[in-house]
Amino acid sequence: MSLAKRIIPCLDVTDGRVVKGVNFLELRDAGDPVEIAKRYDDQGADELTFLDITASSDNRGLILHIIEEVASQVFIPLTVGGGVREVDDVRRLLNAGADKVSINTSAVLNPQLVADAAGRFGSQCIVVAIDAKQVGDHWEVFTHGGRKATGIDAIEWARKMESLGAGELLVTSMDRDGTKSGFNLPLNRAISDAVDVPIIASGGVGNLTHLVEGVQEGGADAVLAASIFHYGEFTVRQAKEFMRDHGIEVRL
Amino acid sequence: MMIDIAVVDYGMGNLRSVSKALEHVAPDRHIVVSSDPAEIDAAERVVFPGQGAMPDCMRELDSRGLRQSVIKAAASKPFLGICIGLQLLFEHSEEGNAAGLGILPGKVVRFEKSGMRDAVGHKLKVPHMGWNQVYQTQKHPMWQKIPDGERFYYVHSYYVVPQNPEIIAAYSEYPARFTSAVAEDNIFAVQFHPEKSQHAGLQLLSNFVHWSGRP
Repeated sequence: MSLAKRIIPCLDVTDGRVVKGVNFLELRDAGDPVEIAKRYDDQGADELTFLDITASSDNRGLILHIIEEVASQVFIPLTVGGGVREVDDVRRLLNAGADKVSINTSAVLNPQLVADAAGRFGSQCIVVAIDAKQVGDHWEVFTHGGRKATGIDAIEWARKMESLGAGELLVTSMDRDGTKSGFNLPLNRAISDAVDVPIIASGGVGNLTHLVEGVQEGGADAVLAASIFHYGEFTVRQAKEFMRDHGIEVRL
Repeated sequence: MMIDIAVVDYGMGNLRSVSKALEHVAPDRHIVVSSDPAEIDAAERVVFPGQGAMPDCMRELDSRGLRQSVIKAAASKPFLGICIGLQLLFEHSEEGNAAGLGILPGKVVRFEKSGMRDAVGHKLKVPHMGWNQVYQTQKHPMWQKIPDGERFYYVHSYYVVPQNPEIIAAYSEYPARFTSAVAEDNIFAVQFHPEKSQHAGLQLLSNFVHWSGRP
């Protein structure tokens, strides 16, 4: 027995509430973040990820407050992403109780931010989120919540982020996000094979078989899902038992 | 006011998680996160955490004048090292070819750069990140109420190789065995993060709060 594959429920937070959309649109309210975080912790979640999907700066303080409250009650790793623009944003999130900070758009606009943040706080707390979409015969990196094409090849980008100090990569297929049709397995496999750091597969989970595929075919070290947990379709524990029954090592 | 527990703050990493978890298991104790040598000298017990790279940690420790306080604490009172706080106790690290505090004989080495595979041939990533099983190799008050083989949360690329195998208190596998906890007299130090290891981690921190400092 060795290292367990992780299940990471993801909470998209806006205006202090957890929401979930389809293909980054049509947001639906899913509840209070602190309550949801505690519920997932009780169910055996291995980590939690919070994405602050509010762009406006007035709400910045809100996510810090939520993280502080969760961190004083939930003792598993917490990752926070969304709107991280400078090293000082990373510091503020870590001080509020985040263990890792996820950088997405800002990594594309300013790759040096990844190097600076990893140099200052250590690679272990720097996650780079890669939103990728199929364009022709390759995958391209998109930013701004999936609205803006960058022309950057996702595999090349993954290698570059690793070399700049990212300790983990969160790979989201925007073709799949919110569709419940499963992870983009070739995308995950290609990135997992291209780098040595752990990969979190994200985007498209609709049933428990998708989680198993993400690990076994996609080569993911962790799987991230939102809606299958938020609306009570499955508990985290059920997901882990299912994975275990399919030969995947999990923490139960 | 008497300080029950001092968490040594030398500017590296997120100490809030450590202090929050300690406050959770010991709400009645006076816990400080401190970079003041006098407070660390006065505390009844000391937690020595750390994240980041070892050369930076040593530099920050010295720039705050904390080296002697840590050495004194490790020689005299219940002392818990966590992650880099374990690695710093040793003599030398491959990471940046840095000297450690040299309190325990031995070195710190990196997992293989690439090519590590699990039993079914899957690539093993570095950092070693996530929940792995911890196998206890000696009876110790710090393991009280923690089942052998319990999973704890790790995130690290380096691990310690003690010169004296008798101080090894636990190992994990990735894919080969590596030392995940050491114990010597009043020192107990772990590679994993008890503050992020849910019930098992809180139990270990609670054991530390009540530990006499004797094996």
